[in-house]
Amino acid sequence: MGGYILRRLLSAVPVLLGITVIVFLIMALIPGDPATAILGSYATPENVARINRELGLDAPLWRQYLIWLGNMLQGDFGQSFALNRPVLDEVLERFGATLILAGTAFVLCALLGIVAGTVSAANQYGWADKTITFAVLLGISIPSFFLGMMMILLFAVRLRWFPVSGMWPIYGARDAAALISHLAMPALALAVVATGVVARLSRSALLEVLRQDFIRTARAKGVHERSVIWRHALRAAMVSILPVLGIQAGFVLSGAVYIEIVFQWPGIGRMLVDAILRRDILLVQGGVVFVAVCYVFFNIVVDVAQSLLDPRIRT
Amino acid sequence: MTAALRLFSRNRLALAGGITLALVLLLALAVPLLPLADPDVTNTANRFRPPFSDGALLGTDHLGRDLLSRLLWGTRLSLAVGFAAAAIAATIGAAIGVVAGFYGGRLDNVIMRGVDMLMAFPYILLALAIVAALGPGLLNALIAVAAVNVPFFARNIRGITVGLAHKEFVDAARLSGLSRPQIILTEILPNVLPVIVIAMSTTIGWMILETAGLSFLGLGSQPPQADLGSMLGEARAALISHPHTSVVPGLMILVIVMSINLLGDGIRDALDPRLKSGALSRPMAATLVRRRAAAPEPRLKGILALEGLETEFHIGARKLRAVGGVSLAVEPGECLGIIGESGSGKSVTALSVTRLVASPPGIVTGGAVRYRGDDLIAAPYERLRAVRGGEIAYIFQDPLATLHPLYRVGDQLVEAIQAHQKIGTHAARRKAIELLRDVRIPNPERRISDYPHEMSGGMRQRVGIAMALANDPEVIIADEPTTALDVTVQAQILSLLDDLRHSRDLAIVFITHDFGVVAQLCDRVAVMYAGKVVEEGPTKAVLAAPRHPYTARLIACVPELGGGRRRLEAIPGLPPAVDRLPEGCAFADRCTKARSECRAGEIPLAPEGDRAVRCLFPEESPAREAAE
Repeated sequence: MGGYILRRLLSAVPVLLGITVIVFLIMALIPGDPATAILGSYATPENVARINRELGLDAPLWRQYLIWLGNMLQGDFGQSFALNRPVLDEVLERFGATLILAGTAFVLCALLGIVAGTVSAANQYGWADKTITFAVLLGISIPSFFLGMMMILLFAVRLRWFPVSGMWPIYGARDAAALISHLAMPALALAVVATGVVARLSRSALLEVLRQDFIRTARAKGVHERSVIWRHALRAAMVSILPVLGIQAGFVLSGAVYIEIVFQWPGIGRMLVDAILRRDILLVQGGVVFVAVCYVFFNIVVDVAQSLLDPRIRT
Repeated sequence: MTAALRLFSRNRLALAGGITLALVLLLALAVPLLPLADPDVTNTANRFRPPFSDGALLGTDHLGRDLLSRLLWGTRLSLAVGFAAAAIAATIGAAIGVVAGFYGGRLDNVIMRGVDMLMAFPYILLALAIVAALGPGLLNALIAVAAVNVPFFARNIRGITVGLAHKEFVDAARLSGLSRPQIILTEILPNVLPVIVIAMSTTIGWMILETAGLSFLGLGSQPPQADLGSMLGEARAALISHPHTSVVPGLMILVIVMSINLLGDGIRDALDPRLKSGALSRPMAATLVRRRAAAPEPRLKGILALEGLETEFHIGARKLRAVGGVSLAVEPGECLGIIGESGSGKSVTALSVTRLVASPPGIVTGGAVRYRGDDLIAAPYERLRAVRGGEIAYIFQDPLATLHPLYRVGDQLVEAIQAHQKIGTHAARRKAIELLRDVRIPNPERRISDYPHEMSGGMRQRVGIAMALANDPEVIIADEPTTALDVTVQAQILSLLDDLRHSRDLAIVFITHDFGVVAQLCDRVAVMYAGKVVEEGPTKAVLAAPRHPYTARLIACVPELGGGRRRLEAIPGLPPAVDRLPEGCAFADRCTKARSECRAGEIPLAPEGDRAVRCLFPEESPAREAAE
């Protein structure tokens, strides 16, 4: 087991390097130079040259990359010029908020999606299946930002069940109850699309498994149909559901950008959009690399979970 | 293709999606011709007019611009950008995929590594990075969305191309002296094009959503120009005071994307061969029963008696009669062999006993299965469940496929025990170890924690037998339990079954295609052909003097050690398809003795003492002579 994890970690190294190269190259494409962006239109040639030297932009591209990478490895992601604070501090703070939102949405989408897909498959072509299939179609077709806005109108403005936006109340205690009431709507809105995808996939994975011989064996043993579905079939179907959960984690992280804007959640997605609009390049760069790296590690966790689930992978 | 079209047109949802999408597309194309207000003319005196007001069917937005006009122009823009992004992503992605797949080698390796790298990003990060580099704007958003979808197309198309690159027609083109780019253009491209189109149809909705998303964030279309996403983005500030400005563009996105998804699903389903054949339908907990007539009166004796059992498979309009009126009975301590070629209906007969035939498409259409006088065909699910594994247990053919691959064999045994006995897990576990010892598995305390893939074929089948014995059943139905095993293991398993039968007074129904196995184990044998029993009797008598020509031919097929030099007789022809059974004897077409009477009508199974045969002109002489 330990060997497997180690091998999986090592295989992630080239991916991580590749990610930094891609981000670096995209940023290097930026037309105009950062010095002008920082100094504005009143930049003198001397000042531009000085800034370029300070930022190391007069070196060849590969050296710039190595310096940038080396600094990042030491925890130095640079300084956000718009916020005037270290990029890493800002990123870490914002990523915590995103993690709460996206993590909740991810758990929701995994649970709801698998349950809905299983119920759907177990009642194939029945009313439950038709209802779920239609709901899933609606879920994967609705833009999450529109859904979020409609939820605000219904649940916050009309019914007043939840606060309109934000992560914490402006006045009042910052306790778990406050967080949950602020979290409920955005997490749900964020989970909807991924839930649809997971439900759809779980349904087809289960239908595939239900025709296998070992399901007939379970029935021949006299195992109750309930546990034929939820124990035998679902366990085997999880082998193909789990990798999709890994991919959906990426979609949930992506969707979080929109949801954070709609619900004014102080997460990293909103930070990135603001940074792009302000052309705060180092902040964008740092944020993108940080989230991408976290995502790669998350996928390693998924792979390890997969190997725990399926003893045939381990050997 | 016509079947696919028919399937598609029957899918009403997909049709509705297609029609809606066509309407929206038409409307978007006709926008410049429609008498609409200028979408960009502001009129602050007329801000936020509600829908259905004079001169503004859908009302006006925060700058007093006509929402209907803006909606239609925005739809036009969103569709154009979505389709353009899909087309660009598909073209570039397909080009990369075709080149990587066709040239292979190191080029393929490098390209696919890059593609994997890009797919390691959550897509929005890449899109945001690209927009950050290029600056906000609709064209840049389009490029970003297209770029993040390139890897998806590249990977799909590469897979297809790799498969094509080694096909005969490509080799032929190579030999005829075409250059590699020429082969790609004339041979590969026409074959991957349909795949590209289908991949596009499934992703285009997604692309429209993504571009709308970037515009919503303010990174796409810039004012005054507006696509649906930026309309929503601008309306958000007035969401609570004037929701209609948000609802209008939001609903439009929903309608477009949903109709595209409906259409895409419809196309995918129409092209999926598994859906057509019903291979994706879920088998129910018990086979459906739709008996054409009331259950027949009990006639046969025995702990388990099948009387006139009929099982059919209904696939579309076809009705395959797998079991066509089978009557058999078995007594405690007796072993009944059922023998026949594959497709003769012997396994379906066995599975029908406790209604384990996959349904759909299987249906029990007649007859009865009496266990101790109870008709299992009419039994409610709970009774059936108590019988399954409790009183009638199965041993299946390939234990690698029939044991659950992800549970330890011990857990599967414990589950079998606890399904019928109210005992704790510890006691069940002790019992499981006993069972493994009974089937002569060495070291059962250790083996109980093995997964099925860690055992040998023989050991796995022993586990299968242990599982069947778990609740001391009265009847064991063994469906070709030794077919997947090599000969020495086969002999061990057979002698194990024989011992168990005598020590536990088990009734065994043994299904096989091997007369050698029947001779070794079975007291009586029934020969099945095309869903019917054609001959039945004591094993020795049947083997020594088969009465049905089919039995005789089947015995003649068995090679014999030390039997001297003789021709091994294969039976010419194939068994008839069970959806087009001929009138009269099903074997007539392959029988050398067939006469016109054989094809005239139903031939009964005629009893002859302790035997029975379904033939008008049964064999007189012993088998050996007939074969020589």
